[in-house]
Amino acid sequence: MRKASWFNVASVALGLGFLYLPIVVLVVYSFNASRLVAVWGGWSTRWYAELAGDRAMLESTWVTLRIAFLSATAATVLGTLAAIALTRFGRFRGRMLFAGMVYAPLVMPEVITGLSLLLLFVAVGVDRGFWTIAIAHTTVTACFATVVVQSRLISFDASLEEAAMDLGCPPLKTFLTVTLPLIAPALASGWMLAFTLSLDDLVIASFTTGPGATTLPIRIYSEIRLGVKPEINAVCTIMVAVVAIGVVAASLLAKFHHVAGERAAGLAARA
Amino acid sequence: MRHPSWGGRLIVLVPYLWLGAFFLVPFLIVLMISLSHTAVAQPPYAPVLDPAAGWGGLRDFLAALSFENYAFIGSDWLYLASYLKSLEVAAGSTLLLLLIGFPLAYGIARAPRAWQPALFMLVVLPFWTSFLIRIYAWVNILQHDGLLNQVLLTLRIVDEPPTWLSTDTAVYIGMVYSYLPFMVLPIYATLEKMDESLIEAAADLGCPRWKAFWLITLPLARPGVIAGALICFIPIAGEFVIPDLLGGSQTMMIGQTLWTEFFANRDWPVASAVAIVLLGLLLVPIVIYQQLQARGPEGGR
Repeated sequence: MRKASWFNVASVALGLGFLYLPIVVLVVYSFNASRLVAVWGGWSTRWYAELAGDRAMLESTWVTLRIAFLSATAATVLGTLAAIALTRFGRFRGRMLFAGMVYAPLVMPEVITGLSLLLLFVAVGVDRGFWTIAIAHTTVTACFATVVVQSRLISFDASLEEAAMDLGCPPLKTFLTVTLPLIAPALASGWMLAFTLSLDDLVIASFTTGPGATTLPIRIYSEIRLGVKPEINAVCTIMVAVVAIGVVAASLLAKFHHVAGERAAGLAARA
Repeated sequence: MRHPSWGGRLIVLVPYLWLGAFFLVPFLIVLMISLSHTAVAQPPYAPVLDPAAGWGGLRDFLAALSFENYAFIGSDWLYLASYLKSLEVAAGSTLLLLLIGFPLAYGIARAPRAWQPALFMLVVLPFWTSFLIRIYAWVNILQHDGLLNQVLLTLRIVDEPPTWLSTDTAVYIGMVYSYLPFMVLPIYATLEKMDESLIEAAADLGCPRWKAFWLITLPLARPGVIAGALICFIPIAGEFVIPDLLGGSQTMMIGQTLWTEFFANRDWPVASAVAIVLLGLLLVPIVIYQQLQARGPEGGR
């Protein structure tokens, strides 16, 4: 085992401290009994209780979760199809344009993506709201899902699929029995990435929203612009907690599967 | 799947059509509107292409387009200053991110193997929590009677609470904070793959540690450094939320200018032209990156 130098330890500790200190401060302030941020009024859960009675906030949460669920699911399907097309189909006609359309939204500034989608919706003349946000989020997050699924498809051997098909397995069945189980972890992480990106998005949602569809980030943003409020600290703490639990649970699950898989492989090798 | 059947075609066609309809077509619409001019109408720009008018209509439509918005952007100091500000903040933040991100990535890559997944996870975890929340967390700290000033006053480092919020310092802090994982990940990925016996060999041959770092580690980490810089630079240049919540109102970054042009001034053609010019500017680092990638392998030898 290598010895850690003091410089390495210090840079990791400082870096992680920088990443986590603001979140810790936010969480602690959400339990502050005083309305004034500068004054510590003792521990209290009163902002959480007030939050539970805030109808507008609850409604926004519900809208946001529905959009995130819908768009993450659609994005995973689209992303998987796109990833298969990019990794397994070789050079098909229009591949350049296709790859460009998949990768460009990843680096496109959000203001431009949001603006262009809004102008499309205006030109077509659809009413903006829930569905336009869902379509916008599906489009952007599908590209992220593609990258996640693609990296998994590249890393496993295509000859597994070819062997199945050489033995007479039809393509659809090959996909369902060979490919899908192998890429399942990537589908899960692609879905989760898409879900959190949608949950998080302010800019694209602001452009594509309409009356009656105020997502949580849009609401939080308009409240923050008016100044710091303890209720917002509480909302944010809940969101951080949900995400932290989700990510830790997912990675533990993945680790469990990994360990189980290795054990199975080890047993198979011994037999 | 060597013989694309009708099912195979469908696999390509569905995402192809989706992205065409919701990425390519919108982009073309932006391009088109950037060549039109504002009108007091719904939609608020003219000319509007009317498919019912046939070829004559198309000809009239094309004749009415002009580059006046681009000329306007070029002649107005406000836009130029915005673009420059964006590039300045993006370049400065990327540099700061490198200075902070590299030691962090290096430290993780040199940590005991058993710890690495956990440390890696700790760097990634904040990325999963809301971007908006992380910026808001800094508002809590940086505001006039916020934590930072309280600490500074208590320690008697300052007598008067300095202003942090609505300054460039706050914008840089926000940028570095939000994009740090994007810088650390690619650098860590290259450092982790590095063969450590190279450093040991250099040490055995009497090479001082700083020199080994300079001659071996740094060149080998180059692809990660370049990728990280690109992944950070481009979105930072177009950033809206961070300068809007943490920055001042003296000079706006281009993302803010686009936002106000669209939402406050309702000048859609100029907003579209601003977007197209920004895209053009951001293509420059991407092209440079591809050039560097093309001659990548022999670098670092």
